[in-house]
Amino acid sequence: MQQSNTYIILFSIGLTVVIGGLLSITSVALKPLQDKQVELDTKKSILSAVMDISHIQDPNEILEVYSQRVKSYVIDYEGNVVEKDAKGNDLVAEKVNVSKNSKRPKEERFYPVFQTMDGDSPDAYIFPMYGQGLWDWIAGFIALDKDLNTIRGMSFSHKSETPGLGARIADAEIQQRYVGKKIYDGGNLVSVEMIKGEKGEPLDDHHIDGMSGATMTGKGVNAMMLKYLDAYKNFIKKAKAGGKVTAL
Amino acid sequence: MSTETLEQEQAVVAVKEPREPLLSKRRKKIVTDPLVDDNPITVQVLGICSALAVTIKMEPTLTMAIAVTFVIVFSNLIVSLIRNFVPNRIRIIVQLAIIATLVTLVSELLKAYYYDMFKVLGAYVGLIITNCIVMGRLEAYAMANKPYDSIFDGLGSGFGYAWIILVVAFFRELLGSGSFFDFKIFDAIGWSSFPTNGLMVDSIGAFMILGILIWVQRHKTGYVESH
Repeated sequence: MQQSNTYIILFSIGLTVVIGGLLSITSVALKPLQDKQVELDTKKSILSAVMDISHIQDPNEILEVYSQRVKSYVIDYEGNVVEKDAKGNDLVAEKVNVSKNSKRPKEERFYPVFQTMDGDSPDAYIFPMYGQGLWDWIAGFIALDKDLNTIRGMSFSHKSETPGLGARIADAEIQQRYVGKKIYDGGNLVSVEMIKGEKGEPLDDHHIDGMSGATMTGKGVNAMMLKYLDAYKNFIKKAKAGGKVTAL
Repeated sequence: MSTETLEQEQAVVAVKEPREPLLSKRRKKIVTDPLVDDNPITVQVLGICSALAVTIKMEPTLTMAIAVTFVIVFSNLIVSLIRNFVPNRIRIIVQLAIIATLVTLVSELLKAYYYDMFKVLGAYVGLIITNCIVMGRLEAYAMANKPYDSIFDGLGSGFGYAWIILVVAFFRELLGSGSFFDFKIFDAIGWSSFPTNGLMVDSIGAFMILGILIWVQRHKTGYVESH
């Protein structure tokens, strides 16, 4: 009987229903928790680009700090604030998928801006970035001081850069190297370039020491930074001129 | 002696036989065998992929060890419970479906409660599905044995896998990153100039340590592969 086709088909159907049901229930039950974790993770990386939050353990406290200190909105390539996407849905800066947007032409992308506030005036601007490392995607947040020139902080993440080599971009030690560097040389946007090799010598305002053995990851980081700073340059120009953007 | 009396005798013996205690000698052996003599990694050489991939640091390794043990034990139990109902022709698919379900559960739970670790382990949790140890145990043991024994067998194989990858991770993290569970050991004892070895954070380091481990173990047990 157990070898008959009917039995096999019935058994398979039964198994599929049980397993499918079990998985759907878990997925639905855990979804809110998972969403919260993803949200927490995003906000953590945004905050860690401008301040040291490693001492805060409680997730709720991080969310609290975030909601107090950070104001976010979405802009287009021209640097104007957009509130609704093409379908008329509200745009939420934290929910904008930077990796999906990076596949569209740069004029059609949505660009989230996160702004920490010092009372009523802006304290720092944080832009998300997305690019290719050696093996897979790399992403990050760059935080600029209110002069929109000096780098306040940096936070990188990556999918599968080589541990101990390219994966070092996620280390605080590497990210610290960007602090205080300038992205503008006079009126020109030059970004900050990670050099090849690790010399341990002081460099000028537009270069930082590289990561030994991770030249390709470094190149990816440089390309990503230049591409995104360029994409935000219209916004930077407007914000510098004290345009309406900051007074939102 | 006629066959009738023999049957009677056997029946009597069957009745008189005391119930096997929960932790009988035989069951202990089921658990301890895979630790050394029949270790899934060093003797059967299964599950090497994840042994190389996740053993850079202790913490993800421990998470992985727990996850794999969980999956082996429960898939063994479930398959053993339904072993008499599984149609022989689709038994591999059934086993795979059960493993995949358990692995997905682990992955979802990690994502909900331990997101940082979920990011570190990423694809490797999903790859437990293809870990040959799990399927090997189902096919070789759970399909033919009772649930209790299958649980012990799963525990044995899980622990056998766990201690090997933990040892590999211990050396890789110590020599490659100079730390233990992210605690900077060498800084703590005042030897901050300890030269960490880049080879150890690479998969090659895992191969080397695993190789040395297998060598030491086979030297001790005298195990030789027969062809």
